[in-house]
Amino acid sequence: MYSKGLVPLAVASVVSITAAMALIFFYAPLDADQGFVQKIFYVHVPMAIVALGGFVAGGIFGIRHLRSGDASWDLRSYVAIHMSIILGLGVLVTGAIWAKASWGHWWVWDEPVLVSFLVVFLLYCVYYPLRFAIEDPDRQARYSSVFAIAAGAFVPLNFVAVRMAESFTHPRVLSQTGGSMPGEMRLTFLVTLVAMTLLFVTLWKFELTAKHASLQLKKLRQRRADREAVTA
Amino acid sequence: MPALPLDEAGQYVAAAYVVFLALILIYVAIMAAKIARIDREISQLAEDDE
Repeated sequence: MYSKGLVPLAVASVVSITAAMALIFFYAPLDADQGFVQKIFYVHVPMAIVALGGFVAGGIFGIRHLRSGDASWDLRSYVAIHMSIILGLGVLVTGAIWAKASWGHWWVWDEPVLVSFLVVFLLYCVYYPLRFAIEDPDRQARYSSVFAIAAGAFVPLNFVAVRMAESFTHPRVLSQTGGSMPGEMRLTFLVTLVAMTLLFVTLWKFELTAKHASLQLKKLRQRRADREAVTA
Repeated sequence: MPALPLDEAGQYVAAAYVVFLALILIYVAIMAAKIARIDREISQLAEDDE
């Protein structure tokens, strides 16, 4: 059901990640201001964009679940949020490493971009206790979808609010001037963004397939137990 | 701040990419363990049915 197209996706992910790494280290020029440290940008920023996109996708799947009542949309929403949390953790850690290298501090509390991402990340950390505190599967799916929609709507609002805020130290990448990146850097960034998106979709489908297999197994076991109870 | 010398900058860049790689590898390892468990349980079910 969910495994359709998983193999070509996995191959595309491996090829695009390999291409992205080659571009990052052998094609993209060194940044005139930051030098070699700026290479962290190519893993940190695409991870952040894909993580935020995954949170929004989780909200959209939540809407589809509430509209259709089909539990598979809730599963899609849950896995998208789960994957985004993992990438979000990567964003925070790689961001801290980059901050230490270029600003001399692991974290800067008065920088809106950093703090807002942390707020979004912590908001989604609440999703797990909320989801698994509810035992009834239908209620669990419904409440989780409502959370996914509300939090998913907060992500773009938060993004806009941060862009309107005054920037202190963190650079703006998605601007009308393309972050003033030269062509080679922009191409490398776009290839890395595509690679990260493909990786996200591949792992998302991979986890969906595993979760679906686990659910089917549980159903089979239940059916078998019921059959044994009848015959006994 | 001025740009860091290459040897020092290299450590930070390597650390960032290792974090990314480690996250993916840990995730895949956990998923592989889960799939192996599902596979074992399916085999057990099939054995019991025979």
